[in-house]
Amino acid sequence: MTESISPPAVEMRGIVKRFGPVIANNHVDFTLEQGEIHALLGENGAGKTTLMRILYGLYHPDAGEIRIKGQPVVIHSPKDAIAHGIGMVTQHFALAAPLTVAENVVLGYTDGFRLDLPAASQKVLDAARRFGIEVDPNARVKDLSVGQRQRVEILKALYRQADVLILDEPTAVLTPQEVEQLFEGLRRMQSQGLSVVFISHKLHEVMAITDRVTVLRQGEVIGTVRTQETTPAELARMMVGRPTFGVSKPDTSPRDDVLLRLEKVAALDSRGLPAVKDVTLHVRAGEILGLAGVSGNGQRELAQVLEGVRRCTGGYIVANGHDITNAGPRKVMAAGVGRIPEDRHESVVLDLTVAQNMALEHLDAYTRGGVLDKKRMRAHAEQLIEAYQIKARPDDPIRTLSGGNMQKVILARVLERNPSVIIVAQPTRGLDVGATEYVHQKLVEQRERGAAILLISEDLDEILTLSDRVAVMYEGEIMGIVPPDVDLETLGLLMSGVRIANEPENTEAA
Amino acid sequence: MKLRIEKSPAPVWFRPLIPLLAILFTILITSVLVILVGANPFHAFYYFLIDPLSSRVSFIEVLVKSTPLLLTGAAVTFAFVGGFWNIGAEGQMLMGATAATAIGIHMHAAPPWVAIPLMLAGGFAAGMAWVLIPALMRVKLHIDEVVTTLLLNAVALLIVSAILNGPWRDPVSQWPQSPEIAASAIFPKLIPRTRLHLGFLIALAVILIVWFILTRTPFGLKMKAVGLGPQAARFAGINVDRTLLISALVSGGIAGLAGVNEVAGIHYHLIDAIAGGQGYTGIIVATLGGLNAWGVTLAAFFIGLIDTGSQTVSRALGVPIYLGDVIQATLLLTTLAFLLFQRYRIRIR
Ligand SMILES: Nc1ncnc2c1ncn2[C@@H]1O[C@H](COP(=O)(O)OP(=O)(O)O)[C@@H](O)[C@H]1O
Ligand SMILES: [Mg+2]
Repeated sequence: MTESISPPAVEMRGIVKRFGPVIANNHVDFTLEQGEIHALLGENGAGKTTLMRILYGLYHPDAGEIRIKGQPVVIHSPKDAIAHGIGMVTQHFALAAPLTVAENVVLGYTDGFRLDLPAASQKVLDAARRFGIEVDPNARVKDLSVGQRQRVEILKALYRQADVLILDEPTAVLTPQEVEQLFEGLRRMQSQGLSVVFISHKLHEVMAITDRVTVLRQGEVIGTVRTQETTPAELARMMVGRPTFGVSKPDTSPRDDVLLRLEKVAALDSRGLPAVKDVTLHVRAGEILGLAGVSGNGQRELAQVLEGVRRCTGGYIVANGHDITNAGPRKVMAAGVGRIPEDRHESVVLDLTVAQNMALEHLDAYTRGGVLDKKRMRAHAEQLIEAYQIKARPDDPIRTLSGGNMQKVILARVLERNPSVIIVAQPTRGLDVGATEYVHQKLVEQRERGAAILLISEDLDEILTLSDRVAVMYEGEIMGIVPPDVDLETLGLLMSGVRIANEPENTEAA
Repeated sequence: MKLRIEKSPAPVWFRPLIPLLAILFTILITSVLVILVGANPFHAFYYFLIDPLSSRVSFIEVLVKSTPLLLTGAAVTFAFVGGFWNIGAEGQMLMGATAATAIGIHMHAAPPWVAIPLMLAGGFAAGMAWVLIPALMRVKLHIDEVVTTLLLNAVALLIVSAILNGPWRDPVSQWPQSPEIAASAIFPKLIPRTRLHLGFLIALAVILIVWFILTRTPFGLKMKAVGLGPQAARFAGINVDRTLLISALVSGGIAGLAGVNEVAGIHYHLIDAIAGGQGYTGIIVATLGGLNAWGVTLAAFFIGLIDTGSQTVSRALGVPIYLGDVIQATLLLTTLAFLLFQRYRIRIR
């Protein structure tokens, strides 16, 4: 592969791409050798998708150059990319559901005006055989599973003579069995000389299927390593880097009373597969317990269970002395739990106003004689806007706010009620430095006030700076609980699924 | 020069202009049809839009024509705001009319103040019952209500026609029309020797109540939250299923009232053309009215105006009476198209 004299399949040099203030790709160099499977690894927002969208002609780089098989090229559109033998399977499939597999594959790629479907169907079948991709060309896409649809997308790219295949987080939507089938297909393609870019943030998959790994972090390349010469722990460390924050928490120590208690909590993900397995955690008053882990390891589902919007299929949860297992959002809030979810759009109605969203969780407080007290809602909003320095007016639709201001609205809505337990997930994702610092400051204040805070974040810096203890989650389980000054080596091991011996949560529950 | 479509919300001042622009565009587009049938579009739109307002008789007729549209428009609005896409106002209206007839024909011994409230309650309940099944299917089984409510319109029409050809067939004329309702069940006239009846006031009252619920009550805010962002509504502790169910039922009930209105105010007996597409027109009224009560009121009067005008215009200029329907349908399409401008802009560079 690398030893061969043939030029690299793709060379990207000095790629820069900005979105407003965000630098999604900062002088990225990336080389894909012919016939290799190359992982692009990095946390959410690291810039993986952006880099590949540039290669596929969906974005235009602000700077940098691209060579394909040694030839400098300019890629204006996916059409150009396809002409250069590049195919991409994105996270969102672009298939026409009522049409058959064969029709979808040849759609937009027919010779001349005539459409000879039997012939097309045969060609699709040939391509499917050649690469060992099992799918019936005459099946209708609407009848296919997600995994099968993905295979159709791959076929589409192969049918267009792609010899470079980009897969953007292909396993995110697959069951473990489907992942295995995908990997088999990829190996077949590799043996036929195709080169594959495999985007992922799942370490074991990267270890299992790739030849080399390029790690991106905050838009920059941290390094490229041979898979055989690295370990999951090293990759985890490269992905997450080290702490760099300004906010520091005061040296008060947590009190003894446990305000949030999770005992053997289990839950399923949206596909019905186990996502949270026997999670036991105790969070004390005045404590921030950080929950770290590579994304997609059950953190999101666990947060939703605690927020009262996902069913808990095992174990129980006690907040502030109230059993809130499967209690629903109202009872969870009534138990004194404040919730700041991962996806801001999950908790605000974008087309309602700031004032309405601020009142939505406690409408009873703004009702007098069965009628909404709009004056009170407005006054309340004005007061929170002032207290939390939100750049918005009470009557602005939330949709018009920046991410930082939207997060402040949610923060204000939660914190004004002085919750004794706070569940907060990815609180600074997509925020600029100023807003990030503000959010951190507020969380530290709540800790000092005596709230028990469960901080779920993929941002290790955030976790290590703010937490009193750090629990690490991997494939739905807690791998261990460590102090925030733990060495990154250990943390990397935990995040890659290696359990280390430490006192289990049960012993300190007493 | 290059045209680009960008996603960006329209400024606030632009929103009220959307229906006006839609109306203007509709007039332009349909003028072509008017020219094609050999008439002068200026004359045609004079008869459509101005002439009905120029005499007392025809002005009152506009109000009469608007009455059921106020109700079906309010019904559709109530459902749409709550996120329930009720396309079945037509069927719910038919059921309301049937219930009103069933009650009305037995009211010979009752005074009006008993008969009329009974018919209103019966019509409301029948409309509610007719939307109950699609509403439950949506909430419990996640079956798309657009399809189910639409299909039930046909079922409602068949039921009505079965009743009219069976038990209620007029024994004398053999026409498929029900016996007349009792005199005490007939809506009193608001102005003597016109067709304007009590239903008009009832429709205005319903509009007022809908306005109040949607803008002044916590339930209205919950409905909006559920309609605009069900996930976030659920997160905030709102019972999404219950809210959807209530929105759907109230909507069906109001559509049922539109049926009562036609029986007790206009026809005095049941015929299978009693709804006559006004349930569907309610969708146009609600959309053109921007899903708010005052907008719906204006839109209902506007469509009532066109309805009245289409008769005059076909008499005066010999154009087909269906031109009115064409204008209404075009208006729906242009309104929907213009609503896109709330979310997108076209940039020229
Ligand atoms: N179309 C876009 N507009 C604005 N910002 C974007 C856009 N696409 C990506 N970004 C930003 O660029 C950064 C990198 O995103 P992305 O390439 O999607 O990351 P990854 O695929 O590694 O998760 C993120 O901060 C993201 O918010
Ligand atoms: Mg991505």
